[in-house]
Amino acid sequence: MVPVTYYLTLSALMFTLGIVGVVIRRNAIVVFMCIELMLNAVNLSFVALSRLVGNLDGQIAVFFVMVVAAAEAAVGLAIIISLFRSAKSVETSDANQLNG
Amino acid sequence: MNFDTFPFLSSLVFLPLVGALVLYLLPFFRPDHDEHGTLSRGFALFVSLVVFAISLLMLTHFDAADSGYQFSERADWIPYFGISYFVGLDGISVWLVLLTTFLMPLVVIASASVHKKIRGYLASMLVLETAMIGTLVALDVFLFYVFWELMLAPMYFIIGIWGGKRRIYATLKFVLYTVVGSLLMLVAIFYVVWRFYEQQGHLTFLLDELQMYTNLTRKEELWMFAAFALAFGIKVPLFPFHTWLPDAHVEAPTGGSVVLAGVLLKMGLYGYIRFAYPLFPRAADAFAPYIATLAVIGIVYGALVAWAQSDIKKLVAYSSVSHLGYCVLGFVAFNAVATSGAMYQMLNHGISTGALFLLVGVLYDRKHTRLMADYGGLAAKVPLFAFLFLVFTLSSIALPLTNGFIGEFLILTGSFKTFPVLTVIGTTGVVLGAVYMLTLYMKTMYGELDEGKNGDLTDVNGRELATFLPLLVMVFWMGIYPQPFLSRMEPTLNAYFSAVAERRAALNVYENDVAPSQDIVLEREHQQARPVRESAAQPNLNRAVEG
Amino acid sequence: MEQNGVTALGYIPLFPLIGSVLAFIIGRSKRDAAGWIATLASAMAFAVVVALVMAMPEEAEYYYRAFTWFSVGGFTLDFAFRFDHLTAVMCLVVTGIGSLIHLYSVAYMAEDEGRHRFFAYLNLFMFSMLLLVLGANLLVLFVGWEGVGLCSYLLIGFWFKNLSYAGAGRKAFVVNRIGDAGFLFGMFMLYRQFDTLDFAELAQAISVNASPELLPLYFVVALCLFVGATGKSAQIPLFVWLPDAMAGPTPVSALIHAATMVTAGVYMMARLNFLFDLAPQAQAIVAIVAVFTAMVAALTALTQNDIKKVLAYSTVSQLGFMFMAAGAGVYWVAVFHLVTHAFFKACLFLGAGSVIHGCHHEQDMRHMGGLWSKMPITAATYGISTLAIAGIYPLSGYFSKHAILAALEGGHNPALEGLLELLVPMASVTAFLTAFYMTRSFAMTFLGSYRGHAHPHESPLRMTAPLIVLAGLALVGGLWLGGTLPHYLAPVLGSPAEHGHESIIEGLMHSWIGIAGIGVGLLCYTSLSQIPATIYRVIGPLSTLSLNKFYFDELYAAVVVKPLEAIARVLFRVVDQGMIDGAVNGTAAVVDVSGEVARSTQTGQVRHYAFFMFVAALLMLFLFVFAGRV
Repeated sequence: MVPVTYYLTLSALMFTLGIVGVVIRRNAIVVFMCIELMLNAVNLSFVALSRLVGNLDGQIAVFFVMVVAAAEAAVGLAIIISLFRSAKSVETSDANQLNG
Repeated sequence: MNFDTFPFLSSLVFLPLVGALVLYLLPFFRPDHDEHGTLSRGFALFVSLVVFAISLLMLTHFDAADSGYQFSERADWIPYFGISYFVGLDGISVWLVLLTTFLMPLVVIASASVHKKIRGYLASMLVLETAMIGTLVALDVFLFYVFWELMLAPMYFIIGIWGGKRRIYATLKFVLYTVVGSLLMLVAIFYVVWRFYEQQGHLTFLLDELQMYTNLTRKEELWMFAAFALAFGIKVPLFPFHTWLPDAHVEAPTGGSVVLAGVLLKMGLYGYIRFAYPLFPRAADAFAPYIATLAVIGIVYGALVAWAQSDIKKLVAYSSVSHLGYCVLGFVAFNAVATSGAMYQMLNHGISTGALFLLVGVLYDRKHTRLMADYGGLAAKVPLFAFLFLVFTLSSIALPLTNGFIGEFLILTGSFKTFPVLTVIGTTGVVLGAVYMLTLYMKTMYGELDEGKNGDLTDVNGRELATFLPLLVMVFWMGIYPQPFLSRMEPTLNAYFSAVAERRAALNVYENDVAPSQDIVLEREHQQARPVRESAAQPNLNRAVEG
Repeated sequence: MEQNGVTALGYIPLFPLIGSVLAFIIGRSKRDAAGWIATLASAMAFAVVVALVMAMPEEAEYYYRAFTWFSVGGFTLDFAFRFDHLTAVMCLVVTGIGSLIHLYSVAYMAEDEGRHRFFAYLNLFMFSMLLLVLGANLLVLFVGWEGVGLCSYLLIGFWFKNLSYAGAGRKAFVVNRIGDAGFLFGMFMLYRQFDTLDFAELAQAISVNASPELLPLYFVVALCLFVGATGKSAQIPLFVWLPDAMAGPTPVSALIHAATMVTAGVYMMARLNFLFDLAPQAQAIVAIVAVFTAMVAALTALTQNDIKKVLAYSTVSQLGFMFMAAGAGVYWVAVFHLVTHAFFKACLFLGAGSVIHGCHHEQDMRHMGGLWSKMPITAATYGISTLAIAGIYPLSGYFSKHAILAALEGGHNPALEGLLELLVPMASVTAFLTAFYMTRSFAMTFLGSYRGHAHPHESPLRMTAPLIVLAGLALVGGLWLGGTLPHYLAPVLGSPAEHGHESIIEGLMHSWIGIAGIGVGLLCYTSLSQIPATIYRVIGPLSTLSLNKFYFDELYAAVVVKPLEAIARVLFRVVDQGMIDGAVNGTAAVVDVSGEVARSTQTGQVRHYAFFMFVAALLMLFLFVFAGRV
C-alpha cells in the first residue's frame, strides 16, 4: 500500500503550486485554475486521511468542496467575463481600481 | 390653548426643523422657482419670528421664583437603553434660548447678502436653530449629545459652502476640533451611565438621576471631568484650543459668524454649567484653578493677539476669545455674583459681538475686504454706521450703562473673592480691550476718507438698520436695567449651588465609606445598590422629573 | 429715609441726558438748534441744583434711589444719588460753569458742520459728570467716571478727520482706562471686605473697623483708588494724555480738561476721606506725587509755545496743588482750590479760545502779541485770571493756594515726617513758576506788537459774557468762598482749623511769590526779551528737556507701548500661528503622512492581496500551533 505521506506530500506540492500560481500569474483564467488546483489538493488530502482513519467524514467533505468549487467556477468565470467586458483584458493587474 | 399642557418646548425645538423641511421641499410647491430667494427669505423669517414669539410667550409664563425645570416634557425614546426625550427650561437656560431665538430672525434678515443657494443656507440656519435650542433644553444626556453633534452639521455646510476663500480648511478644522472633544465626552457619558447601571441596576441617561445616584471615586471623577472639560473647552474656546475660532469666523458668512459667536460658543460654557459641574463637582473644584488660569491667559492673550490683527473679522474673533475668558473665569469662581455675571456676560457677548460681526458684514458686502487698511475716515461718509459701530464698540469694551459692564463687573467682583491674583491679571484685559477696539475704530472710522476707494460707500440701509435696532435697544436695556434678567436666573442658580454642594458632600461620604481598593468598591456597590434604588431613589426621582 | 427720596435729584442728570439726545436728533436737521437745546438743558440742571441748595437745611443731605440696578447673590446695588454739601459744591461748579461754557460754545462752534454732535457730546458729558458727583455709591460714581472718559474721548477726537486728534482721544481713553483698572481693584477689595459699595455704609463700616490688621488693606485700597485718580486727574505717571487732549475744541478743554472732569480724582478723594484718613502712607504718596507732578508740569509749561499747551500743563500743575491738599488730609482746601481753579482756568481757556477764534485758528503764541488793544475784554479777563492763578491777593487763587501751602506745612502725617522740608519749598518754587509762565503766556499773547498775519478781532458778546462772569468769579471767588466754604463743607469733610483773617497788607506780603513770578515774567518777556534766550542757552539741555515735556511720551512708548505691540505680534505670529496652530496642523499632517504610508500597501493588485492573506494565514497557523507551547 502506498504510505499516506506520499499522498500528503503530493497534496502539499499541488497546494503550493496553486498558491504560487495565484500570487504570480496575471491571467485571471490561470489564477482561477490555480485556485481549483488548491481546492483539489485539499480534496486529495481529505480522501487520503479519510482512508487512513477509516472514517467517511472526509469523503463527504470532499463532495461539499466539489459542490462549492462548481459554484465558484460559475461565479468566478462570470466575474472574469464581466472583467473582460469592462477592461478588455483578463489580466489581473489591469483590474486595480482598488489601488488607494 | 391650555398653557399647562401645550408642548411649548417641543414646538420651539422642532418648528425650525419643520420650517427647514418645507424650505427644502419648496420647489415642489412652487415649480416656477423662487429666483431671488425672496419667498425663501420671507418664509424663513416668518418661521424664526414665530419661534421667537413662542419663546417670548414662554418667557411671560416663566415663573421667576421657581428654581426647577419649567415647561418640561418627557417621553420615552429608546426605553431599552433608558434613553428618553426629556426637555425643560430653567433659569440657566431660559435666557440663552431667548438669545438664540432673538438672534435668528436677525440672521435671516442679514442673509440678504447671501446669493448662492439661498434656500439651502436658510434651511441650514433653521436646522441649526433646532439643534441649538435642543442642546439648551435637553435634560437627558444622550439627547443633549445628539443635539450637540447636530449643531455641527449645519455649521459645517454654512462655513463650507457659503464661506470665504479658505472655507474648506476652516470648516474642516472647526468640525475636527469639535469632534475630537465631543467624542471623548461621549465615552465619558457612557462610562458614567455604566457606573450608574452597576450601582443602581438599570440604565438611564437622565441628568438628574445620574447626578444624584452615580457614585464615582475621585480618580474616576477627574478623568470624566477632563473629558467633558476638553469637549466644552474646545467649544468655548478656551486657550489653547481656540485656533479654530478665528479661521471659522473669518471664513464664515456674516450670519454664520453671528450665530457662531452669539450662541455656539456659549454652548461650551453651558455644558460646563449644566453637566460637568453637577456630575463631577470635586473634580471641578480640583480643576478650577487651572481652568481659571487658562481663562485669564485667554483674556490677556486674546486681547493682545486681537491688537496685532489687520483683518477686522479676525480682530473681533480674537476679542471673543478674550471675552469668553471672562465668562469662564466668572463661572469657575463659582460664587453667586461671579456666576451670574458669567451667565449675563454670555448674553452680552452674543449681542455685542453678534452686532460687531453684522457691522463687519455691512462693510464687507459693500467693499469685499475686511482689512482695516482698506478703510479709514468712514465716519464722515457713513455717520449712522459710525454711530452704531461706536455703540457696539463701547458695549464690547464694557463701558458702564452698556450691557458689557454689568457682566464684566459682576464677574470680576465675584472672581476677586475666589481668585484675587488671577482676577487682577484678568482686569488688565479691560485696558487692552479698550486698546484694540478703539484702534480698530480709529483706523476704520477716523482720519481722512480715501475718496477713490471708499467714496461710493453708502450708509446703513433700512434692512440693515432693522437688524441693528433690536440689538441697540438690548445693549442699553441690559446695561441700565439688568434686574429682570438677573432675577430670573437667581433662584435656579441658588438651587444649583446647593445641589452641587450636596453632591460634593455625597461623593465625599461615598469615598470615605468604601475601602481603598477600587475592585472591592465595585463588589460592595453591586450588592448595596439595588435596595437603595427601591427605597430612596424613587420618590426623589419623581421630584426631579416633575420639578 | 423715605422710599425713594427726593425725586428732584434725578432731574439733575436727566436734563442733560435728554438734552444730549434732543440736540443730536434735532440738530441733524437744524444745526443751530442743537447749541441752544444743550445750553437750555444745562441751565435747567443748574436751576434745579440752585433750588436744591437754597432749600437744603443745614447739615442735611438728600437721597434718591432711582431703581435697584442689580441684585445678585446678596449683592444689591441701587442706582442711587446722594446730595450733600460736597455734592452741592461740585454740582454748582459743573452745571454753573458748564452752562457758561455751553453758551460760549454756541458762538465758538457756530460754523462747525458737526456741531450737533458737539453739543450732544457736551451734554452727555454733563450727564456723566453729574452722575459722578451725585452717585451714592462707588459704582454709580464709576459710571460717571467712565462716562466722562468716554465723552472726553469723543470730544478730543471731535475733528476726527485729523488722525492725530483721533489718536489723542484714544490715548486719553486708554490711559484713563489704566487708571480705571486701579479704581476697579479698589472696588473689588472694598466689596470683598465689606460687601457694600455704598458711601454711607462704607463710612460706617470703616469707622467701626479701624483695627490695625485692616490698615494694610486700607492702604492698598487707597493706593488703587489713587491710581484711578492719577488717570482721571492727570497726575504722574498717567498725566501724559492731558496735554494731547488739547486737540479737542477749546470749550471742551475749558469744561472737561480744566474745570470739571480732571478734578474728579480730587472729588473722589474728598468723598472717600474716611478711607484715606486711615491710610496715612497712601496720603503721603499722594502728596509726594502731587508735588512732583506740579513741579514737572510747571517746568514743562515754561517753554511751551502753544497757548493751549501752556494752559494744559498749568492744569496738570494746579491739579497737583489740589492733591497736595488732599494728601495733607485737608480736603476742604482741595475742594476750595478745585472751585477757584475752575473759575480762573475756565476763564483762561475760554480766553485762549477767544484769542484763537480772533486770530483765525492760530495757537502758537510766537505769532501773537499786542492783542491787548485788539481784543480788550479777552485781554482783561485773561489778565485777571493770570493774576488769580499766580496767587495775588485778593484774587481767588491767592486764598486757595495759600491755604494749600499752609495745609502742607502744617500737616501731621507721620509718613511725611522729614519729607516736608523738601516738599514745601518745591511747592513754593512751583507757585513761583506758575506765576512766571502764566505771565509769559500773557505777555507773549497780549503785550508787545502783533507778530502774526491774520486780522485779530474781539469775539462776539456771547463769548465774552461768560469770560466776564468767570473773571468776576476769579476776582472775588476766593474772598467769598474762603470764609464760607470750610463751614459749608464741614458736615462732610470735618471741621477745619480756624485761622484768623488777614489784613490787605499781610495778604499782599504773603503773595510775594506770585508777585515775584509776575515781575520776573514781565521783565523777561517785555523789556528784556534777550534774557530768556540767554537763560535757555546757558541751561541748554534743561530747556530741551522742558521743551520736550521731559520725554514722558517717548519713555512710555519705549517702555510700554512698543514692547507690548511687539509682544502682541510675537504672540500672534509665533505662538498662535506658529506653535498652537502649528501643533494643530502638525497633528493633521501626521495623520496625513501615516495615511500616505498605509496607502502604499493598497496596490489594487489581487495577487498582492492574496499573498498577504497567505502570509497572514501562515502566521496564524504558526501561532495556533506553537503559541501554546512556548
